[in-house]
Amino acid sequence: MSEKALGVGPAQLTRVTPVVRARKVRLNSTLLTGLGLLGLVVLVAIAAPLLTPYDPIAQQFTESFLPPFSPGHILGTDNFGRDIWSRIAYSTRLDLQIGLLSVLFPFIFGGLMGIATGYLGGKLDTFLMRIVDVLMAFPFLILVIAIMSILGPGLTNLYIAVGVVGWIPYARITRGETLATRHLEYVLAARTIGCSSGRIMLRHILPNVIAPALIYVFTGMVLAILTGATLSFLGLGPQPPTPEWGAMIAEGRQFLLLAWWMTTLPGLALLVVGVALSLIGDGLAENRGG
Amino acid sequence: MGRAAYIRRRLILMAFVLFGVTVVIFGMVRILPGDPAFLILGDRATDQKAAELRQQLGLNRPFLEQYWMFVSAGFAHGDMGQSLLYRQPVGDLVLTRVPITLALAGYAMGLAAIITLTFGITAAVNKGRWPDQLIRVGFLFALTTPNFWFGILLILLFGLTLHWFPVAGFGETFPQHVWYLFLPALTLALQLSAVLIRNLRGQIIQTLRSDYVRTAHAKGLSERLVLLRHVLRNALLSTVTIFGLQFGFLVGGAIVIETVFALPGTGQLLIQSITARDYPVVQAITVVSAVLVIVVNLVVDLSYSFLDPRVTYE
Repeated sequence: MSEKALGVGPAQLTRVTPVVRARKVRLNSTLLTGLGLLGLVVLVAIAAPLLTPYDPIAQQFTESFLPPFSPGHILGTDNFGRDIWSRIAYSTRLDLQIGLLSVLFPFIFGGLMGIATGYLGGKLDTFLMRIVDVLMAFPFLILVIAIMSILGPGLTNLYIAVGVVGWIPYARITRGETLATRHLEYVLAARTIGCSSGRIMLRHILPNVIAPALIYVFTGMVLAILTGATLSFLGLGPQPPTPEWGAMIAEGRQFLLLAWWMTTLPGLALLVVGVALSLIGDGLAENRGG
Repeated sequence: MGRAAYIRRRLILMAFVLFGVTVVIFGMVRILPGDPAFLILGDRATDQKAAELRQQLGLNRPFLEQYWMFVSAGFAHGDMGQSLLYRQPVGDLVLTRVPITLALAGYAMGLAAIITLTFGITAAVNKGRWPDQLIRVGFLFALTTPNFWFGILLILLFGLTLHWFPVAGFGETFPQHVWYLFLPALTLALQLSAVLIRNLRGQIIQTLRSDYVRTAHAKGLSERLVLLRHVLRNALLSTVTIFGLQFGFLVGGAIVIETVFALPGTGQLLIQSITARDYPVVQAITVVSAVLVIVVNLVVDLSYSFLDPRVTYE
């Protein structure tokens, strides 16, 4: 049989990559529940102005400490008489943004670093792994807090602080996968026909190693949102009166017996987002037989 | 590679990591644009104050000399500088707080071990049935619950409403410590267990399928004996490793939980120091916590070889 009949000429060889792409994402119940929940959360974030009757930072002292289900304030009001539902809904925008942006750059940087060091190996690889060793020695939260203490509070600094360590899991995942992939036949074939290292890494290895890293993105987002809320709880995040769940929890602490809803409800919102993202991650992992 | 060679290599790696840690912490203030003295004091500080601080921190000397001063003073003499806020040696300040944080972390690890064993085994032997599902869902929540929020809820329920537990401080005597630290330790333990139970459940289910377990059953050993003697011993190996690796996470969590329960530990000091821009203290706490994590990880790695005689070092 000729090469042509087998359909494996050099032209075809360069395109034999999508092992992962061929497998469709199947919807299992875990994934569906997660997507449904997240869909609701995103809807609240987008439609916040339509869904909330009040300005989230407007103070109305005559209406302070109203319990949930009060007329006009379904989730009650805080010590400044601000509508809790409005504050929670607007905070959704901020916390989702924190989740997305704190993961985006670490994912791209870490993912590419992992592929490059895994494929090229040698000194670059050793160097990267030593950096990882050093950064992993710090308790994550303490390092983030220490960096924030120098940079000062605020959102951009939060992204930077989380990003300093945030790329490591992605680099580890893609590096491990690349090490397992680099001796496979399609990579050797691509090398044989003279593809450049860059092309092999981006066109051949990347599509095959990216899936596990993408699954980790959801865990990473949960971690980032929780870290953001923690920092803002400690007073290092977005500054008042910006509505943010962690900050709202901190504000409610001193009125715990007087107005339990001030602390309880923002925490529930955090929990819903966390569960939604975790379910999506778990559902995707189940799909891959994990 | 034999055990001795492995230990030697691990120690060399540890020395390297310690070096890296000092470089990171040393570089942290100095790598930023602008004058570190003003970064620490704030923009409104007077020039004279800034000059004083520069003198005190040695910022006006050559870079390498500064690093050498930082490392040699810190490691050789345990001198980590003066607190800008308390005006006393940072080392003393931090070291009096460390035991509280360590006690909290250790307590949480103990509770986590009990919770993990109880629920991990229950879930695994009931695989797919309702106890398993319930545990899975329950700990999925525990994993994503913000620990500071959960701590506040515990205070609200068991402290302020039911009056079962104190809501702040850590008591005078040992039984009091155990009493006072219960809620904060439980908060940390639940989150830690969420990670561990997943792992232990999977490991037990996998081990239950192996041939030697079938043999043990065939010999007529009781279910309980097979589970405790044969299955658990093997299943626990990887869980113990993760347990050790979570130590850093635990120390970080303890920092937050201390502020929630008003415990006078390292965490409270850290938050206070950040607000007061007491940078030497922040620096010292970061170093101490990193060193703790490095040591614990080393101990876990080494103890692994004693737990499992089959382990080979690559």
